[in-house]
Amino acid sequence: MASSSEAATANSEGHAAEGAERRDFLKMVTLATAAVGVCAVAWPFIDSMNPAKDTIAAGSPIDVDLSQVAPGQQIVVLWREKPILLVNRPAEALKTLQSSAMINRLRDPDSRVLQQPPYADNWHRSVKPEWAVLVGICTHLGCLPQYFPNPSANTPVADWPGGYLCPCHGSKYDLAGRVWQGVPAPFNLPVPPYNFLDARTVRIGENPPNVTYSLNDIVQI
Amino acid sequence: MAELGLQENEFKNPVVHWIDARLPVFTAMHKEYRQFPTPKNFNYFWNFGALATVNLAIMIITGIFLAMNYNPSTAGAFDSVERIMRDVNWGWMIRYLHVVGASLFFVTVYVHIFRGLYYGSYKKPREMIWMLGVVLLLLLMATAFMGYVLPWGQMSFWGATVITNLFGAIPVVGHGIVTWLWGGFAVANPTLNRFFSLHYLLPFIIVGFLVLHIMALHTVGSNNPLGIDVKGPQDTLPFHPYYTVKDSVGVCVYLIVFAILVFFIPHQPLLMDPNNSIQANPLQTPSDIVPEWYFLPFYAILRSVPNKLGGVVLLFGSIFVLFFLPWLDTSPVRSCRFRPIMRWLWVLFVIDVFVLGYVGANRPVGIFILLGRIATVWYYIHMLIFLPLVGKLERPLPLPESISKSVLGGGALPSAAAARPMEKA
Repeated sequence: MASSSEAATANSEGHAAEGAERRDFLKMVTLATAAVGVCAVAWPFIDSMNPAKDTIAAGSPIDVDLSQVAPGQQIVVLWREKPILLVNRPAEALKTLQSSAMINRLRDPDSRVLQQPPYADNWHRSVKPEWAVLVGICTHLGCLPQYFPNPSANTPVADWPGGYLCPCHGSKYDLAGRVWQGVPAPFNLPVPPYNFLDARTVRIGENPPNVTYSLNDIVQI
Repeated sequence: MAELGLQENEFKNPVVHWIDARLPVFTAMHKEYRQFPTPKNFNYFWNFGALATVNLAIMIITGIFLAMNYNPSTAGAFDSVERIMRDVNWGWMIRYLHVVGASLFFVTVYVHIFRGLYYGSYKKPREMIWMLGVVLLLLLMATAFMGYVLPWGQMSFWGATVITNLFGAIPVVGHGIVTWLWGGFAVANPTLNRFFSLHYLLPFIIVGFLVLHIMALHTVGSNNPLGIDVKGPQDTLPFHPYYTVKDSVGVCVYLIVFAILVFFIPHQPLLMDPNNSIQANPLQTPSDIVPEWYFLPFYAILRSVPNKLGGVVLLFGSIFVLFFLPWLDTSPVRSCRFRPIMRWLWVLFVIDVFVLGYVGANRPVGIFILLGRIATVWYYIHMLIFLPLVGKLERPLPLPESISKSVLGGGALPSAAAARPMEKA
């Protein structure tokens, strides 16, 4: 102790400055190492909050049998904890989707906003015109829009052409999940990835061959 | 500066200055962790308080993340722990950190306690620090016990059954207390739920008592390996950077040990009993019920008494007697370096606790019954007879004049000058 402190006082000023620089360098290397270590340790904890392997496995594609769904009927299945709406749209409903009266009411009639896979980027927003496959979650604040398929003069609202009405804040969609103008919801209902295994069976969660699309790609779920 | 009742401070950073004038946390940190005068002769045994604190932080952080995926019900607990091990990202690592951390927590705390015993850290004026430390030990034991029940393996269930049944030994009200602890007629879902609730709560109570423990320490100052009082600034160093750096060295070594255990031998039976990888079964008791290693000495005391109530009383008494240590030890000399008899009795006491641990790990048959009884009696003789008596009979070695002289090679005074140090103290 004593001899080293004597040596320190005996140093010229130049040596002292050199020592100080060395000390700063060591200090910064130590701090940098500690910072890298903290980040390396923090990552596993942050990553542990991501979906676990079994949660991801539980989100695998599911097959739905459509053979019992009558024209005009909607069935709802859960895929990745989300309600997936499957509707057998009758011919009159498809006609309404293409009518200018309907299209004039819509915010995004041509599905310009990415809310659907490329194979559903068409006037019926689906693979087959009669089968609608939609994520039934309002793009406003996440409520579940209700299914009112039939045109009506007063139910649920006056001059109703058929479609979806969100009970929370009155957002309206047509039977292709396209959002109306003048309602709080900003975007069309999302379309999940799906493909038809045969005429009667749809697989939700899997694209047709050679297409990559997932709900992570869309503007808003 | 002292306008409008603002706190004066000398921090240059304007934000720090502004905050400190209104809430003097930076002044407090500066005083307690930078300037805090610390005896300059600490050895590495003085690292273990800091290590235990780091360990507490690791346990709280890993515990919070485990709780995110744990299901506190008898139907789901075991499966949810297996899910953590297999499916949750990094779940295996977080759980092993928590498991190994539990054992290392006791290692650091036990070394910390035996260091205090050897260097007389419990003596005046540090009685309060010591007693708060005993409270911390009790809280740690309760937390560890309840945490061990949560994975709902065989040892969880049967350990909980045995330990809660200890309270049944209390006369008259015992059975009522046990039923109350269980919230039912056996260790079952209500028990698991409350243990989870309390296991999450107690660490924060520990943090509270730790703050008091450190406040008491910073009131009277640290003891040191010589056990003599600090006589002035020449005997001390500022806590930072001298002891922050010395503690950092210890923390690095300790983290290396931690990592080796977590990544290479987490299934060492001392860390994880294989029986606890079998789901709890209330219809089948494992052939040997053994608590975790850190409870073995107390378990040995319990089993060495052939009477249920007697065993329970001696078990709890072995910890509660620590509260009275500052008054049981009558010697005015703190450090066993200068206590030629007590230092060897201290060594024997450490051996005695290891013997108790060894006995606790074995079935109570043959030699282990006798060994357990001798070791139990020795434990109490040390506490209740040796400490009061040796303090009066022993002739201590001459104490050094000051910490500074001792560190810088001044050495002890001639024995004549230091005669009768007991009277000086």
